[in-house]
Amino acid sequence: MSKILVFTETTADNVKSVTIEILGRLQGQEVDVACVGDLPADGQKALAENGAANIHKLNGSGLEKYSPEGYAKALKNLIDKGGYDYVMAGSTSIGKDLFPRLAGMLDAGMASEVTNFTMDGGNFAGTRPLFAGKVLAKVEIEGPKPHFVTVRPNALGMPESATAGAGNVQEESADIGEIKAAIREIVKGASEKVDLTEANIIISGGRAMKNEENFKILNECADVIGATVGASRAAVDSGFAPHAMQVGQTGKTVAPSLYIACGISGAIQHLAGMRTSKVIVAINTDPDAPIFTKADYGIVGDLFQIVPLLTEEFKKLLGK
Amino acid sequence: MNIFVCVKQVPDTETKITPNGDGTFIETSSIKWIMNPYDEFAVEQALLLKAAAAGSTVTVVRVGSVQDTEALRTALAMGADEAILVEAEDNLDSYMISKALKGAIEKSDKSADIIFSGKQAIDDDCLQVPQLVAQMLDMPSVTVVVGFEHADGKTSLKREVEGGTIEVYDVSGPVMVACNKGLNTPRYASLPGIMKAKRKPLQQLSLGDVGVSADDRRLKYSGFQLPPEKPPGKKFEAMEEGAQAGVVAEVVGLLRSEAKVI
Repeated sequence: MSKILVFTETTADNVKSVTIEILGRLQGQEVDVACVGDLPADGQKALAENGAANIHKLNGSGLEKYSPEGYAKALKNLIDKGGYDYVMAGSTSIGKDLFPRLAGMLDAGMASEVTNFTMDGGNFAGTRPLFAGKVLAKVEIEGPKPHFVTVRPNALGMPESATAGAGNVQEESADIGEIKAAIREIVKGASEKVDLTEANIIISGGRAMKNEENFKILNECADVIGATVGASRAAVDSGFAPHAMQVGQTGKTVAPSLYIACGISGAIQHLAGMRTSKVIVAINTDPDAPIFTKADYGIVGDLFQIVPLLTEEFKKLLGK
Repeated sequence: MNIFVCVKQVPDTETKITPNGDGTFIETSSIKWIMNPYDEFAVEQALLLKAAAAGSTVTVVRVGSVQDTEALRTALAMGADEAILVEAEDNLDSYMISKALKGAIEKSDKSADIIFSGKQAIDDDCLQVPQLVAQMLDMPSVTVVVGFEHADGKTSLKREVEGGTIEVYDVSGPVMVACNKGLNTPRYASLPGIMKAKRKPLQQLSLGDVGVSADDRRLKYSGFQLPPEKPPGKKFEAMEEGAQAGVVAEVVGLLRSEAKVI
């Protein structure tokens, strides 16, 4: 059995679901959770129900806003006291930015963005995609402990059952000292939707969208099914969508339950970024488009005719 | 100003990747190597900063094999002043690469005022090296940078996070900047630039020169394999207007009854 610290981020009313996915995989280990700032009541409950023994809430001057230096120093204090074998987090914007710095502080190894892992005998062994998912490899960590791991959201899936932990809440005050790179301002993005990397459903448009304006038919469909809208590199390079929406090797790698590709031919670098989606629907006028080789359901047709029909059919199904 | 850029050489994005015989890495013999696409934004930003700050030099550093030096030659041809190559295999982990980059920067006798890199290398996709190098050099870092301004020793950086939200960071003093697409439009190397690059200094170091040994390895990879192929899916013909409503209704029905995702 290993002693593990899981760093969690919060949403408005809960913890990010990737935390619960990780806890599900850590059943049978000794698991503590750490967060910075407030923890919503439902989140605290979910952590305890899924096995957290101690829940450390870190607070202190300079921790009101995220900074990699501040968060890393606060967590390092906790790790120094706790004697952990592993420290884990979701591979989110913060997880990706923060964990390498934290691992570096301890000269420790880190496995980034694993999509699966086991803890046989308390030892971590992970699977991670490389070359944007064109190959998979087994990864193990060597050298001084604790070892660091980030996990791709949506990859493990939510646990079907759980053994509750004590869920003791510990308030920790952290003295983080000087921050050299601090956030002055946060400019909210236009999208209120969940990010592509964490989305459960994605509907993406390619070059065949023809222009930016036409993305509204994807937005309409997305609103009905609670999807996030993405784009191919061809659509981004043509100026139809911002880079933040790009799915693929030079954009975001995604793993939703349902991926709907509209007018995307399926270049190798796009397929690499979305092939781990559980179910793929492709709509394309070219019956030989490579995207159809990855699609569970392929529709050979014009997206401008098919997508509005799809939206209507989803409305009927969902009673909207 | 002493400006450094960390670059990596990676397989072209169009490359078909296959595991090698014993599954310990990929087959590298027939790969076309390019500069990591995100590193192009780093080189470009370094050159823009050099143009704005008289007396600056841009030094490009790479850790990797010598079988091809495409990434460094491209950076020099774009306008970087000098290059350092730390010779190593192409399968070092992030910790080893970071320690080698740190060693090379320290050995250069120039104290780094600003370091640029891409936000991730598109080969191992670890997104660790910029933060690790910054930590090892006791510098702050800002990653996924889409906006950069520098004046009077102060740097203002825009970092892109979930949902297209932008965090604006202020930094005084040295900083590591990990660049994202959207930051700038990288220039193409001109023909005179390519000719000039051949005469620019390229220093070659070994891992031992920069203080890296086998004991620094932190990750052990095995079992490289292609991802499992999906069984062929169902394909529906809906080019004719008459067929469309029926096909769409059937697919939506299957998404609920068979795939259970709606």
